[in-house]
Amino acid sequence: MSKSTVDVPQRGGFSFDLCRRNEMLEGKGLKPQIYRKTGTTIVGLVFQDGIILGADTRATEGPIVADKNCEKIHYMAPNIYCCGAGTAADTEAVTDMVSSQLLLHRYATGRESRVGTALTLLKTHLFGYQGHVSAALVLGGVDITGPHLYTIYPHGSTDRLAFATMGSGSLAAMAMFETKYKEGLTRDEGINLVCEAVCSGIFNDLGSGSNVDVCVITKGHKEYLRNYQLPNPRTYVSSKGYSFAKGQTEVLSTKITPLKNNLVVVAEGEAMEE
Amino acid sequence: MSIFEYNGSALVAMVGKNSFAIASDRRLGVQLQTVATDFQRIFKIHDKLYIGLSGLATDVQTLFQRLVFRHKLYQLREERDMKPEAFASLVSAMLYEKRFGPYFVQPVIAGLGDDDIPFICTMDSIGAKELAEDFVVAGTANESLYGACESMYKPGMEPEELFETVSQALQSSVDRDCLSGWGGHVFVVTPAEVKESTLKGRMD
Amino acid sequence: MSFNPYDNNGGTCVAIAGSDYCVVAADTRMSTGYSILTRDYSKICKLADTAILASSGFQADVKALQKVLSARHLTYQHQHNKQMSCPAMAQLLSNTLYYKRFFPYYAFNVLGGLDSEGKGCVFTYDAVGSYERVGYSSQGSGSTLIIPVLDNQLKSPSPLLLPAKDAVTPLLEAEAVDLVKDVFASAAERDIYTGDRVEIVIVNKSGIRREYVELRKD
Repeated sequence: MSKSTVDVPQRGGFSFDLCRRNEMLEGKGLKPQIYRKTGTTIVGLVFQDGIILGADTRATEGPIVADKNCEKIHYMAPNIYCCGAGTAADTEAVTDMVSSQLLLHRYATGRESRVGTALTLLKTHLFGYQGHVSAALVLGGVDITGPHLYTIYPHGSTDRLAFATMGSGSLAAMAMFETKYKEGLTRDEGINLVCEAVCSGIFNDLGSGSNVDVCVITKGHKEYLRNYQLPNPRTYVSSKGYSFAKGQTEVLSTKITPLKNNLVVVAEGEAMEE
Repeated sequence: MSIFEYNGSALVAMVGKNSFAIASDRRLGVQLQTVATDFQRIFKIHDKLYIGLSGLATDVQTLFQRLVFRHKLYQLREERDMKPEAFASLVSAMLYEKRFGPYFVQPVIAGLGDDDIPFICTMDSIGAKELAEDFVVAGTANESLYGACESMYKPGMEPEELFETVSQALQSSVDRDCLSGWGGHVFVVTPAEVKESTLKGRMD
Repeated sequence: MSFNPYDNNGGTCVAIAGSDYCVVAADTRMSTGYSILTRDYSKICKLADTAILASSGFQADVKALQKVLSARHLTYQHQHNKQMSCPAMAQLLSNTLYYKRFFPYYAFNVLGGLDSEGKGCVFTYDAVGSYERVGYSSQGSGSTLIIPVLDNQLKSPSPLLLPAKDAVTPLLEAEAVDLVKDVFASAAERDIYTGDRVEIVIVNKSGIRREYVELRKD
């Protein structure tokens, strides 16, 4: 039986069957689309007991904010987290994929995952796609060999660093790290510096914005501080608000379907024609 | 022009108190020419789960057929309906599979999950999920919809008010978009009932 | 890469005309690409006592345009011994823009003020001088987000109606100012080029008043 009849994918991997058609459409002068990006500030640093990761929470689509509070610090393993910048779908997919590989590896070996393992899995995947999977990552974790922090570029190259930044706000954030980072920071100093760096991206880079997420990983322990800071609340709410009277919208027809629950449902809706 | 703008569309989903609304325009066009004025781009997956697909109409219908197929297989195997979260992951996975040759659709998923907690979510054409607690929008009128919803939305609306708000936001937005309009379809789903309305709008 | 004479510095302008007032507003962020150049740059220029111009787009062109208009207004004052009315300024702006039809000012303008009868008036433009008198308008990077809300709240009668209906909005001055603040707060939530602060200029028969409201700074 051909694959198209049984349309359930049995294997992973990409499907390229629409490429020819889409290429033809682009050839006709149609603009290639923009994907949702996390024009981002993501940072990480090594402090005295482990790793602190930080990220902003804005996702953009061109000049428009698509998501004001997205999560950019992805779970990899209980002791490893990963910040993602670049095309949102790619960072999400690549971290999920490696995270499940790490889980299977833990089941097979019965040992805690190592940051190096995650690093190798991520970089081989990214290198294999020659930069077409556009994920720029900051990977951090604490394993048997101690704390590790890496940056991974979309083409698969990696750096091992004491403090790292990525994304469109990386320069703004790195400015804070370069002036204030020192070895052996305490936990509070570390979190404050990470927040300062992310805030520097949030306020000075238009691709980054909204809130600060922080993740602190120490030996045998982690703390995910979602929305650790909320420096950008809405500044003004109309005093009288917008209220719409019932029946303000012109309706041509209405159909009301009561839902048959397993429980008893009393449907009192009167079918109204306006 | 982008292929996303070939047929034109406007989609919005909003959360209310234990309920949600999902609404779309009714126009199907080929660039600036209007071809149909009763086009459906919001589809029912099951009683409490709806998906709206904006973008290229051919991909909208193809993807919907594949989604129905996958949902039916799930029902056969599991003897239950899919939860909105699971369904969103399915759509996301199906779109990301075609990362390098995508369907030109941007989905909006809205459903009631366990304990009738509303769930809304949108994605880009390659499956980057965006979960929201207030509203999500998609289509050629997305910028107008963002502006309208950002002003008009308020948390915890009752179904009646939710209907008016989502309808007003949709109508105001599509009137400023050349590629969508001709009235609207609005579904307001509460734990007890589904109210499906057809809106009257400008016919230009 | 060839030289590009234009840049887009973002920003949003709004104007609303009432029966005896006019509200002109713009945010004060100036940016390029993903960078903020300054958080406190006024896009609003007072050309005459009853003609306020708000412009977004390329701020170098905007500055040049404002300079030309101010100079022309100065000569007008010397020749006629009075200030230009807002509708006259509107025509002058259109001419000035069209004069550079094939190397346009990259500026998106909204002109607000009072007409000779003291009624609020708003004129909205494209970059090459096509203009129209309307009841309200928005231009710039956040305009697509703001216009539907203004439509919804202030829907103006069709300009094709005969006899012509008044385009001014039915809102009171305070309500219009409140609406402007709210739409800017909304636009700042979703448009990355709108933010920092909104400057609101209110023109009525007692003169010109300014208000500022803080917006998101990210």
